[in-house]
Amino acid sequence: MFSRAYRAAVTLPPLVWVTVFLLVPYVLLLCYSFWSVSPSQTIIHSWTLDNYRELFRVNVYLQTLFRSMWIAARVMIFSLLLGYPLAYYLSFYAGARKDLFYQLVIIPLWVSYLVRAYAWKTILGSDGVLNTLLQYVHLTKHPLEFLLYSPFAVVLTLTHIYTPFAVLPIYAALEHIPRNLVEASQDLGASPLQTFWRVIFPLSIPGVLAGATFAFVLSLGDFLAPLLLGGPSGIMISNIVVSLFGAAYNWPLGAAISLCMLLLVVTLLFLSEKLEKKWSFR
Amino acid sequence: MSAGRSASRWLPWHATVVFAFLYLPIVTLIVYSFNGSGVGGFPPRNLTLDWYRMLFADDAIWESVLNSLIVAFAAMAISLTFGIPAALALDRANFPGKALFRRLVLLPLILPGIITGLSLSMLFHDSHVKLSLLTIVLGHGTALISVATTEVFAGLQKLDRAQEEASLDLGANYWQTFWRVTIPNLRLSIIGAALLIFTLSMDEIAVSFFLIGRDNTLPLEIWGRLRRGITPEINAISTIIFVFSLMAIVSWYRLRMGSEGTREAAAALVETAA
Amino acid sequence: MATTTEPALDRSPKSGAPPLLAIRKVAKSFGKNPVLRDISLQIAEGEFLTILGESGSGKTTLLRIIAGFENATSGEILMEGERLDLLPPYRRRVNTVFQHYALFPHLTVEENVGYGLRVAKLPKDEITSRVAEALVMVKMAAFAKSKPAKISGGQQQRIALARALVNRPRLLLLDEPLSALDANLRRQMQVELKSLQREVGISFVFVTHDQEEAMVMSDRIALLRMGELEQVASPREIYSHPATAYTAQFIGHTNLLRGEIKGGIARCNSLSWRVGLPEGPALFSLRPENVRIVNPAAGSDVNVVTFRGRIQHQAFHGATELLQVVCADGLALSVRAATRENRLGDLHLEFSPTDAVPVRESPERG
Repeated sequence: MFSRAYRAAVTLPPLVWVTVFLLVPYVLLLCYSFWSVSPSQTIIHSWTLDNYRELFRVNVYLQTLFRSMWIAARVMIFSLLLGYPLAYYLSFYAGARKDLFYQLVIIPLWVSYLVRAYAWKTILGSDGVLNTLLQYVHLTKHPLEFLLYSPFAVVLTLTHIYTPFAVLPIYAALEHIPRNLVEASQDLGASPLQTFWRVIFPLSIPGVLAGATFAFVLSLGDFLAPLLLGGPSGIMISNIVVSLFGAAYNWPLGAAISLCMLLLVVTLLFLSEKLEKKWSFR
Repeated sequence: MSAGRSASRWLPWHATVVFAFLYLPIVTLIVYSFNGSGVGGFPPRNLTLDWYRMLFADDAIWESVLNSLIVAFAAMAISLTFGIPAALALDRANFPGKALFRRLVLLPLILPGIITGLSLSMLFHDSHVKLSLLTIVLGHGTALISVATTEVFAGLQKLDRAQEEASLDLGANYWQTFWRVTIPNLRLSIIGAALLIFTLSMDEIAVSFFLIGRDNTLPLEIWGRLRRGITPEINAISTIIFVFSLMAIVSWYRLRMGSEGTREAAAALVETAA
Repeated sequence: MATTTEPALDRSPKSGAPPLLAIRKVAKSFGKNPVLRDISLQIAEGEFLTILGESGSGKTTLLRIIAGFENATSGEILMEGERLDLLPPYRRRVNTVFQHYALFPHLTVEENVGYGLRVAKLPKDEITSRVAEALVMVKMAAFAKSKPAKISGGQQQRIALARALVNRPRLLLLDEPLSALDANLRRQMQVELKSLQREVGISFVFVTHDQEEAMVMSDRIALLRMGELEQVASPREIYSHPATAYTAQFIGHTNLLRGEIKGGIARCNSLSWRVGLPEGPALFSLRPENVRIVNPAAGSDVNVVTFRGRIQHQAFHGATELLQVVCADGLALSVRAATRENRLGDLHLEFSPTDAVPVRESPERG
């Protein structure tokens, strides 16, 4: 039905733009990762694997990467633990108020990330709301130090940010389950708990995988929360990249790390997609 | 339809706790923006509008707000101009590299923003383009094409092909059909996409971080101040940002609910919400 | 278990033995909206009962109350003397075949059928053998390892049936299971279901809006109209002796004759005959096949009502045709006769007074 001219007209402009502003930059990223920087802060365009060797030679990079993955894993787990029952409640119990509650879940998503991270900073600090509250009601005598500038603060803040990301796909998956399956299961003698584990949960797995992937991948690459709340012990891999493009001026090394992150993310997405397909019963 | 007596008892509690977790920080922020003794300290006393007064007198903030608005509208224009055809191409055309194109377009959504930001900054650096509001606009516009594409693509699935065929049958050519039939039918998707792009652009930091020249956007201005220390003025501007975000997202939601069910909105949101 | 090939007997339970299922004064309202009013019904062992009704009559609601997915607003249900309605659905010895089958998409056909047995934690070999037996019974043994998405609607329906029957319930509920099938498959399944029920000996409660289906399959029909039972009887009984105008019209075609009874004589327009009924307004149901076309020359019986009419319209139905006939006084009747090529416009007709069945009015219900 659509003529060649039509198809060319809708395909070419975005194709060109995306090539220039997405593909080329990523290719540049690839190239930079194989170049190096001279002591006088200029880029040497000779091909070398030094940057990648550096990544594995110097402990701090791998350490930070693993720490970032561990933080991301915790965020993922907590987001799922908080998010699944909430999504379940919305889908099966909320009834007439389903709509309202759904809006309540997506509103925090769109409120500025910066605002929310900042809010936690004001709450968790030694003079912050939480500490002064605890002292006011005489639960503690001194401010709790670990609350801020620690991995704890980062995990807490990122869980706060990404729990709605976990709720939405799980909710969508639960909504897709025909209610007569639940009735059929009970009709065949399964109690509500058995029905959940044998029927509802298996059918919601694609949603769980999607939510888990979002929470993990987005936390992994986060640089704002660790910078605001992480302190020296909470530095994540993105912070290293940022500093390599800033004060520590080493674009090639930064590019190498970025490329590794990109590959890691793409691999995780690919795996997640494959798993989702396997667990999708449509 | 109840799925269990014991579950129905603790599930509402769990929901309450999670909602509290999601909203208390913001509520605290808002409350303390009126707190006379500044940020932190419990309980809040001295209700005052001082911080808001300080905020309104702060020129640098308002300059950055203006910059953000310019960037947001320009980014909206770019994202829609290229995102709508991209959605049409994905829906209707087959070309070599289509799969790669689709993934490329959607990549900025899930990839850490800094990667998109720094690779673009490499591009500008190597092409000797100075960093400025323009580079930020190009960055936002590119990264947010995926939002436009996802929303419009979803809208296209609902579009009745027969309408376009009828238009062609009645003598309109492709260009006319596009403007008279396709776009009006995609009206809701486009407006929804525009709202989302605007909101995301106003809050964008990761990409902007690497592309900034001399003029700050609002988030980066706030960010700069945060590095210097917390002031209650920031609570005030945060509260205002919250109110506007709230209005934007509720409008977006109402728009979406008018034309489809919760499920589809959930699916679309999930894809655009990064 | 009695297995007769002639299903004409009324299977209402004999007094003394408790019926399998006793529904006592069950009513159900959704908010202010009453859907079922005062339903009392008994179901015997091994009987095939159809709950027949239009959409909105409450038939599905009644079924769901028996299954346990809805709670009655008032009334009770007893199974073999014990309160059934106090049990949650997963503890009732009742299984359901759902309208859209509700097969679990993430399980194979085998796993679907064995679901109830696994939940009951039966030993593995018993599960395997019973599942295999059930699949053979519904002729789906070859599809044991398939997923529901890969088999056709008719095949899914058989699996839904097997999945319910394998649990050996006391009662099987079927919620319009044939409605999604095309006409030929439907007729085939009606026969299969009926013989399956005879073979297995379990009571079936079958819900449908299709009166033909009800008549083909049932031992008894419970006709439900706007939440109340209009009539409960065997198909032949309900056809030849409908209790109300609604019943007469819902099941098969009929002519409704409105008239007066005075001094032992019923008068409808220009027709009259002797009846042993009290004075007052009356309504009679006369089936089109009971109106015969006669040769005026042949002498007529004293005990028939004769009249003349003109053919308005002729509808060809294959073996028979349905004639719309109008009499001199304006009375219009349907007459069913064997198909004939040339019909004269003017007919002599007759019917026996016994074929004019008195029926009650069916008032509009709020």
